[in-house]
Amino acid sequence: MSSHHDPRTALLPERDIHKIPVMECRALGIDFGGLTAVDDFNITVAPTEIAGLIGPNGAGKTTIFNLLTKVYKPSRGAMFLNGKNTKHMTTIKANKAGIARTFQNIRLFKEMTVMQNVLVGLHNEMNYNLVDAIFRAPKYWRAERIAKERAHELLSIFNMQDDGERKAGSLPYGSQRRLEIVRALATNPCILLLDEPAAGMNPSETSDLMENIKEIRDIFKIAILLIEHDMNLVMGICEGIAVINYGRVIAKGTPEDIQNDPVVIEAYLGKERENAEGHRH
Amino acid sequence: MLFVAQLVNALQLGSIYALIALGYSMVYGIIKLLNFAHGDVIMVGGYIAIFSLAAGMHPAVAIILVIVGCTALAIIMEKLAYTPLRNAPRISVLITAIGISILLQNLAQLFFGARPRPLHIPFPTGSISIGEITLAYPMLITIGSAILSMLMLNYIVHRTKLGKAMRAVSEDTDAARLMGINVNSVITFTFALGAALAGIGAVLYFVRLPVVAPTAGAMLGLKAFIAAVFGGIGSIPGAMLGGFAIGILEVIVNASGFSRWTDGAVFLVLIIILLVRPAGLVGKPTIEKV
Repeated sequence: MSSHHDPRTALLPERDIHKIPVMECRALGIDFGGLTAVDDFNITVAPTEIAGLIGPNGAGKTTIFNLLTKVYKPSRGAMFLNGKNTKHMTTIKANKAGIARTFQNIRLFKEMTVMQNVLVGLHNEMNYNLVDAIFRAPKYWRAERIAKERAHELLSIFNMQDDGERKAGSLPYGSQRRLEIVRALATNPCILLLDEPAAGMNPSETSDLMENIKEIRDIFKIAILLIEHDMNLVMGICEGIAVINYGRVIAKGTPEDIQNDPVVIEAYLGKERENAEGHRH
Repeated sequence: MLFVAQLVNALQLGSIYALIALGYSMVYGIIKLLNFAHGDVIMVGGYIAIFSLAAGMHPAVAIILVIVGCTALAIIMEKLAYTPLRNAPRISVLITAIGISILLQNLAQLFFGARPRPLHIPFPTGSISIGEITLAYPMLITIGSAILSMLMLNYIVHRTKLGKAMRAVSEDTDAARLMGINVNSVITFTFALGAALAGIGAVLYFVRLPVVAPTAGAMLGLKAFIAAVFGGIGSIPGAMLGGFAIGILEVIVNASGFSRWTDGAVFLVLIIILLVRPAGLVGKPTIEKV
């Protein structure tokens, strides 16, 4: 953890400071009709950083995720993935370029099995075509076998390797959240976006999840950007945190900085709101 | 004995309906579109058969040409008419589908005339007799090739990455896109797969009823659509089941001497299923997402 950087620029962990950031947003903004949902959003995520995005309900966090994954087209600003401008990327291209996500309201393919969900994530890793499949060419068998082994491996991170044949929709809530993470990991991302991964989990599940997130970062050497309301989780594992309110970043810093920032406390507790304007430029 | 003969007859008709119903169901399953031009693809397939046989092609080549032609037509249709409407309201796409159906019928009438033309696809004739039952080869070939096609489809949908992508897109298009799946090409592939089955269905249909007219696909398509709804639209096993069920129903109505009421009975089934179980035989009642 680093606490010596200028909180206004980047909060890069020291080990990553000289590397190209995996993700960089410059003055990203989006309007819906006349409403500015996100404005002047700047963030830099280092290649192996665990970063957090927090803020009150309706602050624009999920909108930011939708911008980052190209579900929405930004009205302003730019976003870079590994130094590459993503301006002309579609959602599919952004995924192939290394960005994967989970959803606040779980969006698994519920009618498919756990294994099949992960295999969908591995879709682009399998390089055989329909002709290979129909004639059962060796290429087909090899690709399918490698994908299944990979899926098995990924599931075992969460100890779910024995649930492969269960229907995804029949899993308990916590496992569905974990499966979503596995499915996202299957697309081989360099940055993983987690939208409220601990929502609906009990404290012991949450603390397991924290270990899992760190493990994922360590094993896959990827960056993780998460939205979360559970402050124990955010403060426990994030190295850099950005606080959003009314679509703008109101503070950035290490967990310690954030916990002691009067602007953040204000945004959360909502006191002296009439004065809050003064802090947000 | 008559019963067995009628049953085989029903299965023959049912397998044709099932093959065509699959196209309706798969396309509906993936983009919630009732592709009313699907039946007319079969009519075009009929004309392809007429002209390729008239050109002196080997029947096997002509049959392959029908299947390839139907597939190509569906891909063109999807690219030209449906892809630009990907984000349009569903009703616009539905009206477009009806429009394409009318367009295809009228183009056929313009180029080939309204007069029905005979089409004789050379098929193995003869029959086998088991005891007192005589089964004609075309019947057995129809049932056999339909079952084979369905097994192949089942294999593609459940055992290949494209099949998994199809099911993923059908369940949650946006999530599939975020998994890096090229949704547009999956949709095109679904149309192509449905049309290939319809092409096989076209050959089998015109073997049974060797006349092609611009409206040849309309009623057939409508009945296959009813079969898809009956089984549960969007469901692959549902389409197969519905196809066979409608085939059996028609043959029962015919065999009981009410052949003038055959079409009426099929439409009655549609009304009843929509009233009693709108999700179809195997479909799950839809739960509104919150």
